[in-house]
Amino acid sequence: MRLLLAFVAALGLVACGEKEQVVVYKQGKYQGKPDNRSWDNAPLPAEFRRGEWKQGDRTSWEESVKTRQLAQHEYRRIYQ
Amino acid sequence: MARMKFLCDAERCIECNGCVTACKNENEVPWGVNRRRVVTINDGVVGAEKSISVACMHCSDAPCMAVCPVDCFYRTDDGVVLHDKDLCIGCGYCFYACPFGAPQFPQAGAFGLRGKMDKCTFCAGGPEPDRSEAEFRKYGRNRLAEGKLPACAEMCSTKALLGGDGDVIADIYRERVLRRGRGADLWGWSSAYGVRPGAQPPVQQPAATSGKS
Repeated sequence: MRLLLAFVAALGLVACGEKEQVVVYKQGKYQGKPDNRSWDNAPLPAEFRRGEWKQGDRTSWEESVKTRQLAQHEYRRIYQ
Repeated sequence: MARMKFLCDAERCIECNGCVTACKNENEVPWGVNRRRVVTINDGVVGAEKSISVACMHCSDAPCMAVCPVDCFYRTDDGVVLHDKDLCIGCGYCFYACPFGAPQFPQAGAFGLRGKMDKCTFCAGGPEPDRSEAEFRKYGRNRLAEGKLPACAEMCSTKALLGGDGDVIADIYRERVLRRGRGADLWGWSSAYGVRPGAQPPVQQPAATSGKS
């Protein structure tokens, strides 16, 4: 009986060891060529751009793109 | 940290195909390849017919990445799913895995051979030097490297198609739904990005019926 209980418990706990099967990409760890990041580029010349960021600075690039994203919000564009 | 996503508001899409045209023009996509297309759901059902713009959704857990036998997909730091065309063998596994039918295969040669897979890049180019001629020829324009958003979303006349950081566009959509008071169903969002507990609508509390005060 004890052996049977241990067997059932072991069977019931089998799923606990299962790892989540999610693809996790690590920079430069796939088979192809590495890509450079958007914020590593210099901003376009002033006449072609709206936002501005500091080359290599992710935060400033994200802020610049966020400003552009908010232009999709017509309630704010119209009423402010 | 920005996680780039697309959101299509079926209440607003008027099936003008402006997004499709913008994508074609911006990336000079070859004939027969449609990175973005507008589909009609509940076609012919009075009052329930909606249009939505569909392309690669840049899924959080992209099935195309999981099935690719040559491991040609990668995800950028801002969550865009891209691929290396130099590695792609055109097997079509990604097409079968994708819930949105995003991967496209140009016909290469006279005998119906499939070429290398082509799909929406969120206007982020690919693994070639940014803004280079080689990148444009293989993958299209890299607008993110220019500090811009995808052409389809920026061109959308009714702003049905939103593109950008998931948090920002979800906030825009939330405010829109609150103002109009209906149409909170988002087609494809949970398939692409999963359902977080926080993203669920609040459960309606039953009204108190007892006489207690």
